[in-house]
Amino acid sequence: MTHEGQSDTLRLGGLGSSAMAIGAIVGLGGMAATIGLDGVGGSAGFWKSYLLAYMIALAICQGALFFVILQHITKSGWSVTIRRPAEAIAANLQWMWLLFVPILVLVWTGKGAVLFEWCNTEYMHGDHVLEGKLGYLNPTFWSIRSIVYLGVWALLAKFYRSQSVAQDADGDVRRTLRMQWWAPIGIILYALTQTFASIDWVMAMQPKWFSTMFGVYWFTVSCTGFFAGIIVLLAVLRGCGYGAGSFTVEHFHDLGKLLFAFGVVFWAYIGYSQYMLIWYANIPIETEWFVPRQLGAWFWVSWILILGHFALPFVLLITRWTKRFRNILVLIALWMVAMFIVDVYWLVMPVVPEAALAEASSWEQLQSEAAAGTLLLGWNPSILNLTAVLGSLGLVVCGTFFFLRQASLAPTSDPRLSEAVAFENF
Amino acid sequence: MNGSTPGTATQAATSPDTVMVDSHSKAEVWGLAAQFSTPAGISEAAKKVREAGYRWFDCHVPFPVHGLDKAMGVPYTVLPVIVFFGGLTGLCLAIFLQVFTNSLEVDIWAIVSVVGYQFEVSGKPLISTPAFVPVAFELTVLLAALTCVSFMLFLNKLPCLYHPVLKSPKLKRITDDRFVLVIEARDPEFARSTTEALLESLGPERIVELEP
Repeated sequence: MTHEGQSDTLRLGGLGSSAMAIGAIVGLGGMAATIGLDGVGGSAGFWKSYLLAYMIALAICQGALFFVILQHITKSGWSVTIRRPAEAIAANLQWMWLLFVPILVLVWTGKGAVLFEWCNTEYMHGDHVLEGKLGYLNPTFWSIRSIVYLGVWALLAKFYRSQSVAQDADGDVRRTLRMQWWAPIGIILYALTQTFASIDWVMAMQPKWFSTMFGVYWFTVSCTGFFAGIIVLLAVLRGCGYGAGSFTVEHFHDLGKLLFAFGVVFWAYIGYSQYMLIWYANIPIETEWFVPRQLGAWFWVSWILILGHFALPFVLLITRWTKRFRNILVLIALWMVAMFIVDVYWLVMPVVPEAALAEASSWEQLQSEAAAGTLLLGWNPSILNLTAVLGSLGLVVCGTFFFLRQASLAPTSDPRLSEAVAFENF
Repeated sequence: MNGSTPGTATQAATSPDTVMVDSHSKAEVWGLAAQFSTPAGISEAAKKVREAGYRWFDCHVPFPVHGLDKAMGVPYTVLPVIVFFGGLTGLCLAIFLQVFTNSLEVDIWAIVSVVGYQFEVSGKPLISTPAFVPVAFELTVLLAALTCVSFMLFLNKLPCLYHPVLKSPKLKRITDDRFVLVIEARDPEFARSTTEALLESLGPERIVELEP
């Protein structure tokens, strides 16, 4: 199978090394600044910023892994050319476990309570419900699970990228069949590890609270981050003159649809479903998670998410033409990246004021306490949040371009390549 | 009508450039049809016919042909805009319906007192936005879908119980493996001889005159 766009530039030249350098400088600089500005060494603010930054970077790469496996499950022809950039983003999962090591060390040195309240055994034994969860939420089991998740993602990402890259050289169709054979197993493993990882690393920050929809919610978060991110990445590649025949207006149109479907509509659907069930049942152990998110500054952040993560992009992306103009689509995608970061911030940062909730006699009382600032809600934006997020995103950009540089920007020997180059949306 | 069978149509198809004129044709001609054997052939023909200035022409194909809309110069459908407003109507209707039935309390000319079903459910306010969302969502989808289907039929002028193209037995293969371009007589550019010459120049398998 020959590549129809022979004139396509599919080897990254100068852009690759400069993007890598910028990513590395921002990444390492951001991380160094976060550590330096922390000063005291290991404050709660530092660790929360670090977890926030890690989850943001991780979500984008998880979404990429999902996308790659999904294309093999469905034997998709349209997406062959854009699968390689997605493989490169997912390939970051091969080194991202390194960034998780500090959190493992934190938990193992007994200081994990700054992030995860269940590390405080005194607190856990003081409550009957929490005591029952100790069999699941303890450093040993938690660490084993974390290592399993990171290992599964690294192996899946490595397998799909290395097979695909090797096919460029030998054009062996059996590699496609092999990737397809593993895809259903891979996506089940992916679904389980991603769900449990979101429970263990984000939901378990407040060990008393639980939501059976949290894993799906995190899935929509990672899809938002990935689809918005890959639209930006492909637009940058096209803008710099790469892949004109491979990343066509049809691919941008379809990625716009997927961003609309997963990042806007499905996100809102799951977010609302989770909220509505908890709101309707009105059981304190469930509502306690939403209470701080409806008080003080978090109230406005929640509204920014409803309007900015759902209402506005819904109207912008529902029409056909906005998805077919690259410059407009990339602006919407950048907006969605910002909203995705706000969403993870909204998930990770708030703190449940348990004692105040137990004593409060009315919602108005909580509101006035929040307005007076006497209620501890975890609203504490600092420069650390910014530097940590820039740091982790910089490292992901650096890693992505590192992997993009090593191979062609599109799988040039994939048996379905011609479909991807020629397809048209009606 | 000749009453010819598909078999004779196939035979006729083997002798190209033959103008078939219905023996019983009345003075009135509804249009001229040209039959092509490939999607590329009809796309090219549609482009040429459009460039020749015809507007009342259509292509009848057995399956969707990529790029044919563009070749024919068909403008993009207005349907999505209509569907959007259909959905919006559903949304407004759902919110109105729920607010109205849950919390209505009005006196009409101080004679008739109208009170809604003001049930308090698990201590929630009568107008609780989160509870209204599912109904609002469903009614939005319902009206959008109904608008979509009904206006799709309306804009396509369906149902169409009679069409001159389907009347002609010589064009039976348009539902199987042939592609037919029809220029209607109502087109201001239409003239029996020049239109036929134009169609002839496009290299069709056959040209058929259609009666109304």
